[in-house]
Amino acid sequence: MFGLAKKDATLLLVVVGLTLLAPFILNPFPTDSAMAQFNAGYPDLMQRFVIFGIFAIGFNILFGLTGYLSFGHAAFLGVGSYSAVWMFKLLSMNVIPAIALSVVVAGLFSLLIGYVSLRRSGIYFSILTLAFAQMSFNLAYSVLTPITNGETGLQLTLNDPRVLGISQTADGSIPVTGLFGLEMRSTYTMDVGAWAFQFNVGYYLCAVALLVAFYLAIRIFRSPFGLMLRAVKSNQQRMNYTGLNTRPYTLAAFVISGMYAGLAGGLMASMDPLAGAERMQWTASGEVVLMTILGGAGTLIGPVLGAGFIKYFENIFSKINDNVLHGWFSFMPDGLENFVITIIHPFIGKGWHLTLGLLFMMVVIFLPGGLVEGGQRIAALFKRGKKDDDGADTSKATTPAE
Amino acid sequence: MDAIILQILNGLDKGSAYALIALGLTLIFGTLGVVNFAHGALFMIGAFCAVTLQRILSLSTVTLSKTETNFLGQPAEIKTPYVESWFGPEAGAAIIDWSVPLAILFSIPVMIAIGFIMERGLIKHFYKRPHADQILVTFGLAIVLQEVIKYFYGANPIPTGAPEVFKGSFDFGVLLGFDPNAIIYPYWRLVYFGFSALIISAVFAFLQFTTFGMVVRAGMADRETVGLLGINIDKRFTIMFGLAAAVAGLAGVMYAPINSPNYHMGMDFLVLSFVVVVVGGMGSLPGAVLAGFMLGILESFASMNEIKSLIPGIDQIIIYVVAILILLTRPRGLMGRKGVMEE
Repeated sequence: MFGLAKKDATLLLVVVGLTLLAPFILNPFPTDSAMAQFNAGYPDLMQRFVIFGIFAIGFNILFGLTGYLSFGHAAFLGVGSYSAVWMFKLLSMNVIPAIALSVVVAGLFSLLIGYVSLRRSGIYFSILTLAFAQMSFNLAYSVLTPITNGETGLQLTLNDPRVLGISQTADGSIPVTGLFGLEMRSTYTMDVGAWAFQFNVGYYLCAVALLVAFYLAIRIFRSPFGLMLRAVKSNQQRMNYTGLNTRPYTLAAFVISGMYAGLAGGLMASMDPLAGAERMQWTASGEVVLMTILGGAGTLIGPVLGAGFIKYFENIFSKINDNVLHGWFSFMPDGLENFVITIIHPFIGKGWHLTLGLLFMMVVIFLPGGLVEGGQRIAALFKRGKKDDDGADTSKATTPAE
Repeated sequence: MDAIILQILNGLDKGSAYALIALGLTLIFGTLGVVNFAHGALFMIGAFCAVTLQRILSLSTVTLSKTETNFLGQPAEIKTPYVESWFGPEAGAAIIDWSVPLAILFSIPVMIAIGFIMERGLIKHFYKRPHADQILVTFGLAIVLQEVIKYFYGANPIPTGAPEVFKGSFDFGVLLGFDPNAIIYPYWRLVYFGFSALIISAVFAFLQFTTFGMVVRAGMADRETVGLLGINIDKRFTIMFGLAAAVAGLAGVMYAPINSPNYHMGMDFLVLSFVVVVVGGMGSLPGAVLAGFMLGILESFASMNEIKSLIPGIDQIIIYVVAILILLTRPRGLMGRKGVMEE
């Protein structure tokens, strides 16, 4: 199907199913039940899952395939956001030109940075990308204030020209982003018994973008170009000795992943039309590294899983507080209950980053292949004994190219 | 002329911090071949050693005053630090006042212990793994250390004062024959510069003039041969890791009065220190020190108003611009050796 092998087609279909049915899947608990706070099926969070999924897929095309660890990818996301918001300010509130421009601008920007940074490899490459990203971040905060609006962040105002649209609506407010009249924020709520499922236009736009991005990523992974990138990862020197110039290939991978980041940034601005410099900070670049590694670098589905995992727990974990814990452990004797809660306390709520850091270290130490490798190991446990070709085949198809 | 000298002096304290952190990073990289992203966190922990010691020393007994009352009409509480009741009021107050310099003594064993635990517990297992894995695991460790500190000390900066004698400023210009008040420089920054110069020379002297240092240098040049000669080089490298951690910690302790410690100060310095290491040349100790001071001074020159009006925003990006230029023209950095980190 679509020129994919059977296995990849199945994977794509699974992802299609998961993203399109996400409002159901992420909403397993009835609205008034005590577990309702663990529902993730509200538009804002679902959009973030998908947008960061795109970001991580793009990052994985660079890091997972070529092994070049960039610590500056958030710069492209930020540039994408800024260009999308400018499009909303100048042209119209339609998201299509905004997203198109953000992809193009991020692509050009990554071409520039990649051209310089890819002259070095290894740690030097990481430092160069880090330096470029920090430079863009600092500039966005200081000198480029006319373009980026500095610390406040770039926002829409009532006086923006919007040549093809309207500066303000009839009742004097700022128009909202939309796709040919479909408002991004409009949500249809379906009540089924005790459940309330929310279907959001913006989410489905992001979901379609994710599916396209995922499909392209599969094609890149399975193409001769993808094979060349894997070869760069396993031994670049040997590639050079065979008389092949690898730089065009790595540069292409860098630009593609920069465009993915730009797409994510454009979508982010389309969902909520403002852009701030903090999106470009190096901690934001670090986050996408965490997502990709946690999910499984070099695998197709890993980055999406990692992005979903981190964003879900970031939102849900930080909502758990001591009262919730007291509710959970109320079956224990009082002394023991308080003791258990004292131990768990640092890891929840605001301490979520501590949990994330520990988890990340565990994954790097014990599961270099991330969640995907974890899943494979568990699967292998279940079908131990009958080591058939199938098992060997999965590991070959999805483990990082090393 | 006085403006130039002032900028050089201003650059010295930041430059000293960069140089100390970069020195530790290079020591770890040169000996163990590990890229340590948690080094900034060690700097931060050092600064919090100063905070901790100050808190320990100010632990007080609370007594109710017989004569004074607070605004509610109840007897006012008087806090008497234990050190004051043990050593007498004056000596006790002096001890609390000098808590930052005293924290040097406190932090050395703490930092060496943390360094040993880190190396033996975690980093040891990463020698054979790719550099990317080392970066990632130490990056994770940095997040964890940072969050632990945030949990215990909160997210706000904690002001930690220098001893009273060093609080003023020093009219440096008069010494050089300029007008009074032309070059004013805080005493503590001078102390910081002197201290870091001392630490840097101590590290170099240790490596250059002791047998232990000689073995370590030999190990940096060719680990295998030294191992074949029957020397337990791993043990010495572990000690060097502890030493590098202590250097970062000391830089942090003394930096506490300049900039109130907060939990993310380590990350802020780490990014710049990596740039410093790369500019100086990966694995070159003199390069790290030279680049640290050079970039610190360049940064303070770029923040002069005359230069800022010429090239707007240059003060924000000068370090990165220099780093990019140097990496592209001199791939090994200023003083890098051949064959280090070149795949």
